[in-house]
Amino acid sequence: MNGRIVAVFGNMVIAETSGRVVQNSVGYCCRSDGARLLSEVIRVRGRLADLQVFEETRGLKFGDVVEFREEMLSVTLGPGLLGQVYDGLQNPLYRLAEQEGFFLKPGVYISALPVEKTWTFTPKVQAGATVGAADTLGTVPEGIFEHQVMAPFNAEGDLKVARIADPGDYSIEEEIAVLTDEAGSRHPVTMTQTWPVKRALNVSRRRLMPTEPLVTQVRIIDSMFPVVRGGTYCIPGPFGAGKTVLQQITSRYAEVDIVIVAACGERAGEVVETIREFPKLQDPRTGRLLMERTIIVCNTSAMPVAAREASVYTAVTLAEYYRQMALNVLLLADSTSRWAQALREVSGRLEEIPGEEAFPAYLESRIAGFYERAGAVELADGRIGSVTIGGTISPAGGNFDEPVTQGTLKVVGAFHGLSQARADARRYPAIDPLDSWSKYTGIIEAEKAARVSRLLRRGNDVKQMMAVVGEEGTSIEDFLVMLKAEFFDNTYLQQNAFDPVDASTSAERQRFVFDKILEFLDLDFEFDDKAAARRSLVRGQDLYRNWNYAAMDSDEFKKIEGQIDEFIAANAAND
Amino acid sequence: MRKYYDQITRISGNVVTVTATGIGYDELAIVTGTSGTSLASVIRMEGDQVSLQVFAGTQGVSTGDRVRFLGRPMQVPFSDDLLGRIFDGAGRPRDGRPDLEAERVDIGGPPVNPTKRRRPDRMIRTGIPMIDIFNSLVESQKLPIFSVPGEPYNELLARVGLQTNADVIILGGMGLRHDDYLRFRRTFEEGGAGGRTILFIHTAADPVVECLLVPDLCLAVAESFALQGKRVLALLTDMTAFADALKEIAITMEQIPSNRGYPGDLYTQLARRYEKAVDLDGAGSVTLLACTTMPGDDVTHPVPDNTGYITEGQFYLRSGWIEPFGSLSRLKQQVNGDTRDDHRSIMDACIQLYALCRESREKRDMGFEMSAWDAKLLKYGDLFETHIMDLAVNIPLEEALDRCWDILARCFDPAETGIRRTIIESHWPKQPTAA
Ligand SMILES: Nc1ncnc2c1ncn2[C@@H]1O[C@H](COP(=O)(O)OP(=O)(O)O)[C@@H](O)[C@H]1O
Ligand SMILES: [Mg+2]
Repeated sequence: MNGRIVAVFGNMVIAETSGRVVQNSVGYCCRSDGARLLSEVIRVRGRLADLQVFEETRGLKFGDVVEFREEMLSVTLGPGLLGQVYDGLQNPLYRLAEQEGFFLKPGVYISALPVEKTWTFTPKVQAGATVGAADTLGTVPEGIFEHQVMAPFNAEGDLKVARIADPGDYSIEEEIAVLTDEAGSRHPVTMTQTWPVKRALNVSRRRLMPTEPLVTQVRIIDSMFPVVRGGTYCIPGPFGAGKTVLQQITSRYAEVDIVIVAACGERAGEVVETIREFPKLQDPRTGRLLMERTIIVCNTSAMPVAAREASVYTAVTLAEYYRQMALNVLLLADSTSRWAQALREVSGRLEEIPGEEAFPAYLESRIAGFYERAGAVELADGRIGSVTIGGTISPAGGNFDEPVTQGTLKVVGAFHGLSQARADARRYPAIDPLDSWSKYTGIIEAEKAARVSRLLRRGNDVKQMMAVVGEEGTSIEDFLVMLKAEFFDNTYLQQNAFDPVDASTSAERQRFVFDKILEFLDLDFEFDDKAAARRSLVRGQDLYRNWNYAAMDSDEFKKIEGQIDEFIAANAAND
Repeated sequence: MRKYYDQITRISGNVVTVTATGIGYDELAIVTGTSGTSLASVIRMEGDQVSLQVFAGTQGVSTGDRVRFLGRPMQVPFSDDLLGRIFDGAGRPRDGRPDLEAERVDIGGPPVNPTKRRRPDRMIRTGIPMIDIFNSLVESQKLPIFSVPGEPYNELLARVGLQTNADVIILGGMGLRHDDYLRFRRTFEEGGAGGRTILFIHTAADPVVECLLVPDLCLAVAESFALQGKRVLALLTDMTAFADALKEIAITMEQIPSNRGYPGDLYTQLARRYEKAVDLDGAGSVTLLACTTMPGDDVTHPVPDNTGYITEGQFYLRSGWIEPFGSLSRLKQQVNGDTRDDHRSIMDACIQLYALCRESREKRDMGFEMSAWDAKLLKYGDLFETHIMDLAVNIPLEEALDRCWDILARCFDPAETGIRRTIIESHWPKQPTAA
């Protein structure tokens, strides 16, 4: 079914057509030089269909043909996704570079999965068996995982396995099973399926309450503002506060099976770091390369805006796919504000009535719908899988009182707010310990964490008071509270992302060090004056800080632990 | 033979609308009338109504003018003959020399495939400690100087520009004052770089739309040189003038503004330019330094705000020096691990202590008693400002690091610096030198 272009404005095209047009279906704008530009129908008015074009519209003309399709924007799911670097429309960027060179030429699309490659298939069902949607038909090894080849996700009712392939090597295009439905129709099955990105993929028995801590190995997160598998969290912060670095270290050290990095509308250079590093870095948990558990979906800021909007959906659909294999997947989206801005650009071109800061009125429901795709689920066979979503937010002017931050805070389970002041003072990660919150339970007993929260709050109160009355007007008790809060901040909350040891702290170590710090802070210090108090705490701080740089099983670690114990004993003897 | 269209149906702001068919989006056109000729480009098509932004502005354009479409987007000549030349914002020579007969390249071309980018890893030494130690500059970085009128940002831009030893330097001036333009020329000539510079200059007196083209012209040329393996430095000043030109067009086109009159796609528009900074795998590089003046010295103003989210850091130039807070090079960690083993420790410690010094100064200014610790911090802050922060300081990185150690040793006990023990042991000066 074809239409003709009657208007072009930015990345929006209006086409006139007399046929049937499906909202959110795919269209191709055919440029006169033969290039076909992928687009999506985003509004239909009478005979006019408005499309957002996922490419630059340069060169499109009045009267150019638009081919309308029935299907919606979809991704291909199957073995070989892991380790890939995709653009927002699932174009594999490495193979695109081999074919096209340096630049991303509009209108070039190649298949998401390599078609030549063969996979060693092991059937898991026999002919005659009954299966339902998403049930495992067989497996192929993909890296360290048994990649499951599943019955179509959109199948309804029971299906009979009419044929199943013998064990052996097959490409993704070869038929590996035939299923018949209740009406008797035959459905050939290959190792791949497609799924529309804007529809949640979840074939499970039920959704679970997410409770299992997701250890990121970032101390302030795991101990104070934890995240759980299947949960959601957001990281708002002004530019330069450390959102991306935080996500980069999380993508490395988080204890999950698979990480999907959605680089959405920000710097290409940041993706390049991951692309160049991960194929060389070992995952300490599995001994394999980090890239083997990672998929990168990147639609960086210079890439077309509409595809940026699609990219977060592409990423979350890939995450949901691996959740169907009972894996724990972490999706990191940087930055959701760019996605929201893409919505805003389109909404502006559609001349919709703008809401706050010109964002469309449906912004909040879109944000909610996106985070709603996270979750822990119990699959039909009782196994559990999860998708956790962590999104950064880039609020205009660093002011959290803006639509994207506020819309996100309503729906997420944890809030890691980054503070400019902490970043300026190089107190990284710059998560503000007073503002941030989490509704989840982490690896530290709630009572202990709450005690530290109180200390930090009181320390801050004293600091503010001191700004008014001066050090001389502050009692030594209050002064000590302030010093202790600083102590905890300096030795525990701050963590050097660029130190090989300090960059990641295991749950075990976090519990151990946390207790050791409390042991120190709980001492009944008696100081003659404030200078003596500062000296003593600075000395302790120095010990604990150096401890952070020593690997947990090293002699250095033992040695400093001994010194800390002596220090504690000496201060306890002061009583 | 291309057709002329003479049905101009609307003239508004810098935009004219003409009745025409068969026109491509973003196509270039020539508007000819009694008051002269100007290039223009297609920014909207609705049925047979084609809107064009007219580079020279619409003053004097009449409904009797004629429009001829060129069947291609805006292009810029590209060859080695560009070196040493000066052009205006429409790509015409402004050095009195003839037009260039050369191959032409499209401006605003497609982005680089991220997998064809290298990880930047070559440090650019500037001799300015506030940059070299605290926020190292890296080849292919995109980085603006945030400043306010009156600060020497163009001087700093030119000074850093000359230090980079780039094969080609391309300066894009937007809304540039004429004397600034002359000063840039002189600096480059005196620095011996005249023969490898190309200038695209839009001055405050030139038409607004031409200002919009300057970054694209510069970056298309830069990219072409980089593809030939050259290491190119692009300098763009002032990007706020560019953003204001965008705003003007958006308002004419009745786009819904998102923030203080700026269009909702300001971020995207800026990013598409800044992202041209690149280290190409198997070819050259483009480093992009810019100036962004902050209206009202307000960094939350949409232009610096959006810029900060795009660029790989920023240098705040205020009161004649590079502010240690807020200034940031996001690429510094790519290079500062391989300089000297104490580089990172000094970088962190000196700034943390300087932050504490500022707190002590505040307390002092409010009339509070200064503790012994405050006194140390105050002393440190003064030394740090005169011997490190001052822009007149021009010393190699290693000397600057030594100088920092010296200042620390004159003010603090080792443990007070928060620097880890192993580094202290190998670098703490045995005998601090006298002031
Ligand atoms: N955890 C950290 N440890 C050390 N430096 C950091 C850390 N987080 C951020 N930084 C510094 O701040 C810079 C900006 O961080 P980034 O994550 O890119 O900010 P954002 O994404 O919020 O704009 C980094 O390039 C780095 O120099
Ligand atoms: Mg970032």
